[in-house]
Amino acid sequence: MKMSGLDRLLLLLTSLLAAYQVSVGIDGLEALPIFAYTIAFGVLLVAALLLIIMGFEVLDSPIVVIVSTVIPLSLSFGLVWEHLEPVRSLYLVFAIAGLAAVIGTRSIPVPGRIPLYVLVLVHGIAGIMITFLPVVFAVTGKAQPGFALIGVGGALIGLGGLLLSFLKAGRPILSRTLILKVLPGLLLLMTAAFVAGFAWD
Amino acid sequence: MPTPVLTLSPIQNLKTRFRRYWPLIKALQTGLLLATGLAGYMSARCPVYNLGTLTGLAGSLFLAISGSTVLNMWWDRDIDAKMSRTWKRPTSSGSVAPGEALRLGLVLSVFGLGWAVSIDALYGMVVFAGLLFDVVVYSMWLKRRTCWGILWGGISGAMPVLAGRVLGVGGFDFVGLALALGVLFWIPTHTLTFSMKFHDDYRSAGVPTFPSTYGFPFTRGTIAVSSVLAAIAMVAAAIGIGMAWGFLRLLAVLSAGLLVLAFATTFRPSERVNFSLFKYASIYMLAAMILVVIEVL
Repeated sequence: MKMSGLDRLLLLLTSLLAAYQVSVGIDGLEALPIFAYTIAFGVLLVAALLLIIMGFEVLDSPIVVIVSTVIPLSLSFGLVWEHLEPVRSLYLVFAIAGLAAVIGTRSIPVPGRIPLYVLVLVHGIAGIMITFLPVVFAVTGKAQPGFALIGVGGALIGLGGLLLSFLKAGRPILSRTLILKVLPGLLLLMTAAFVAGFAWD
Repeated sequence: MPTPVLTLSPIQNLKTRFRRYWPLIKALQTGLLLATGLAGYMSARCPVYNLGTLTGLAGSLFLAISGSTVLNMWWDRDIDAKMSRTWKRPTSSGSVAPGEALRLGLVLSVFGLGWAVSIDALYGMVVFAGLLFDVVVYSMWLKRRTCWGILWGGISGAMPVLAGRVLGVGGFDFVGLALALGVLFWIPTHTLTFSMKFHDDYRSAGVPTFPSTYGFPFTRGTIAVSSVLAAIAMVAAAIGIGMAWGFLRLLAVLSAGLLVLAFATTFRPSERVNFSLFKYASIYMLAAMILVVIEVL
């Protein structure tokens, strides 16, 4: 499907927001969360630029599964490191092992549905962290109300990931055309929610 | 055949000439090189307090870069006419007569150079070196003899950013050289990608290129290595400028994107990946220059 001018504009805005977040939005944090958020928003920035340059066909590349795992994993790791001190180390192990498992099961032949289960497990846990941690913290008063916007971004990234996963599995919930039509807008909304949420952090 | 313009009013005549001459200066390429020159200057001085010098720099560089581009097009009109990518250029299609293009190129170059020297002698010398390397060394001497001529094309392309920095600080320094190296190593990403994409064109025109001399795998490897070196040089320049951590992070992210594409073009080559690297490298350079400018604002 050919990319429209509006799609390119939405992706450009997404990349600009991600660039802002990398350069300005995460200043003043500890080194590890800065590193994690830089990876998350950096991958988002480069991915948006590559989508503009290469078109939607780039989504057919097998590397998309790995890239789309790096974003939620690093984002959730940053949040856990900042706000859930008791499980910092445990989550760091999970993030590294999870990424290695996804890369491994996508790089070497693995029988049956193991690659899918690994992907669902890793995305599921990371998605729960990004979606619910900010909301719970905002509701319980441990963070500013606007911090919950990160949860909204988490829900959107989950939706985007789900659509892409089914698209790649050849069993799309919606038609490929419709998925690709909503994807740039979804990415922009998600990034905007993250940037706004982090501004309240 | 040249367009007859003698029967038109002076203003219409001017407009017609402008329309015919505009494609001769390759506006996008000239604009990007001009941007590097402005960024080189702004890496040393805040533009808000140096508007006069900044205007002089922009004007003189624009004229000198445009002049050398027109002279190149005039010199290469015979090989341009043999290539499908370039045969429509005004000098090869005949819409601008060779003598007219030569006069225009010389006038633009002399005015640009004169203006540059009047601003600052050392700055003028660097601008002159760029013009000399581009027109005489690269186009006239080496381009048709050896594929390594692009090295000199790259050096001439690095002169605007060096000239800007020299004007800003009053001499040569580490940052100026690092910025120039960044542009120098970025240029092969452009030219070599083009030489692969239009391999048959260059071969039929008899222009030696890396793909025709060393083959595609070596050319892809060269692109990857030059991209890595460009990224290293730009990050070194950014550190030398004293760029804020946030902008350094952003530059590192953009550099990582460049490296990923460079390795993809080496180990999983395809025309799509090659051309994506070509486009991404342009975005990268523009973004790096914008970061340098934002840093001083």
